[in-house]
Amino acid sequence: MSARIVVGMDGSGSGDRVTDFAKGLAKLIGDCELILVYVIEWSPYTFQTPEENEVRHKRREEEIQTALERVLNPAVDELKEAGFSARGVVRHGKVAQLLDLIAVEENAHQIVVARSSEGGIAKTIFGSATANLVMNASVPVTVIK
Amino acid sequence: MRLIRNFALPLVIASCFSSVAQAQEAGLDQKINELFATVTGPFVSLIFAPIPGTSFPWIVMWLVIAASVFTLYFGFVQFRAFRHSIELVKGDFSDPNDAGEVSHFQALTTALSGTVGLGNIAGVAVAVGIGGPGATFWMILAGLLGMASKFTECTLGVKYRNEYKDGTVSGGPMYYMSKGFKERGIPGGKFLAVLFAIFCILGALGGGNMFQANQAHAQIAGIVGEFPGWITGIVFAGVVFAVIVGGIKSIANVTEKVVPFMGVMYVLAGVAILAVNFDQIGWAFGQIFSGAFTGLGVAGGVVGALIQGFKRAAFSNEAGVGSAAIAHAAVRTKEPITEGFVSLLEPFIDTVVICTMTALVITISGQLMIDPASGNYILNDGGSIQTVTGASGVALTSAAFESAFSWFPYVLAVAVILFAFSTMISWSYYGLKAWTYLFGEGKKAELAFKIMFCLFIIVGAAANLGPVIDFSDAAIFAMAVVNITALYVLMPIVKAELTSYMERLGKGEIKRFKGAEKITEPAN
Repeated sequence: MSARIVVGMDGSGSGDRVTDFAKGLAKLIGDCELILVYVIEWSPYTFQTPEENEVRHKRREEEIQTALERVLNPAVDELKEAGFSARGVVRHGKVAQLLDLIAVEENAHQIVVARSSEGGIAKTIFGSATANLVMNASVPVTVIK
Repeated sequence: MRLIRNFALPLVIASCFSSVAQAQEAGLDQKINELFATVTGPFVSLIFAPIPGTSFPWIVMWLVIAASVFTLYFGFVQFRAFRHSIELVKGDFSDPNDAGEVSHFQALTTALSGTVGLGNIAGVAVAVGIGGPGATFWMILAGLLGMASKFTECTLGVKYRNEYKDGTVSGGPMYYMSKGFKERGIPGGKFLAVLFAIFCILGALGGGNMFQANQAHAQIAGIVGEFPGWITGIVFAGVVFAVIVGGIKSIANVTEKVVPFMGVMYVLAGVAILAVNFDQIGWAFGQIFSGAFTGLGVAGGVVGALIQGFKRAAFSNEAGVGSAAIAHAAVRTKEPITEGFVSLLEPFIDTVVICTMTALVITISGQLMIDPASGNYILNDGGSIQTVTGASGVALTSAAFESAFSWFPYVLAVAVILFAFSTMISWSYYGLKAWTYLFGEGKKAELAFKIMFCLFIIVGAAANLGPVIDFSDAAIFAMAVVNITALYVLMPIVKAELTSYMERLGKGEIKRFKGAEKITEPAN
């Protein structure tokens, strides 16, 4: 059975650093699959207007499509071209919780994430989310600076 | 800051204009009021016509019977499925792969933001002010029975909604009437759908708009002093216009964050008052029970209390009215009945919890004047119970809370304005869905409705409470007449869904997801 590494992607420049590190690990391990995960921050407990609810499904599909086209597919293609086994996963929810959940579901050996200093989504995802992940993860976590 | 800009500034402007405008424009309010009462009078009279030989409005009987029928037909589903409903809202049965779709919690809170509001604050005060504390008993009963009505309509709302190619959805009674009747091979579905859509537009303009504007103006005037209602109306209309026509999401975003906070604060203030007056809660419930069966001297006696209780409960939680079915239809679920389960919590939260709390606070506050000799309530010339301050409606609730917290009227004023605003936004959506069902989904048709909606805000703020509340009730209840007719026809479909779901739930075929992530051990 091949080893698996879950790689947290945030759509920023830190994604390259994380995938570079994950590639290094995969080379050392040999038979290793890289699972690139992009989490769209979302909570089922927010308050929404009827109009927002009406278009929610459409927005969700658009969010997933955007994450695939802009972040995951290019990264996965690049890894495959370099000879690595890789695939991408997009999920909605809490970043730390989902990265750990996917690692458990996929029987992954490790999670690799970036500690990003960038703003916007990157800050939201890899700010306190990284700390939460490190504190609560079920598998070892490597945080790339 | 945005909140202050949106609401405080108009208040200041309104108060500056008031003294100058009052003398000139009080006549305009009166003209609007008279015209409004004349135009709506026949419609109101028809809806509230008494059953021949009694003083009992047929519409109240219609709602009571329907809620009772649904309760019995579905085997007291509101009690049997109460726990499961809470589990659904908590997300215990939500597939993680569906994350990102509208959750049960979001559907519930969206629907609640359209119902929790002035009905709970002003409506309860009207019920207790006319029907006495005994009206509360009938209100609670109506709330409990109404849970079954809500369950029925929301299940159908999801089952028969329209899903468009672009991923958006439209649902509600119009759709289950036309599609459900067709499926059962029963004629008349389309006719009922059109009729419902017409009444829904009137309901949106009445209870979902004018009543809100009217009571918001009363609250503002209570603080800054009397000034013409049309000024409040224009300010409100401008803000609503900015949101629904201008698409200024920031106002709606602020409201949707602040309204739940105000709701929680209102409940906490009520709980605090009840806690401080703990020794009087028993007496208050005594008044509620004895008032329910003796009337305690209120106009119309027991029947008067019952009518007020049922009327205000229906107006507050909208069970059987069909509006919630529009709000819940946005949820994508493999099991339409799960939205029915979730929705049955709404009348419970809205009526059984919040309305009861308001009624208890009003009763305990001593605002309702009792004749010490007879123990009965003292009535004023209008047939309502005499209050210490002479207040009615939202002003009565305000006075009741003020007796414990002197600063509360200011908080309540903000809460009323925000509740009114969020209810208007919700009902503008319900009305728009009915409008587009009738006239198509074109931009021009939508704009026409939205402008009309804003104009009615001005009328609502300028008119007196009496004609506005009568028209609001009549329009909302007219929706219930059509909707409940359809629910009777379609309830076997819901029954089949319920039976199938409960069987599968019992067998464990309905998958519970909460805690599933802990089942698989990590590979190390």
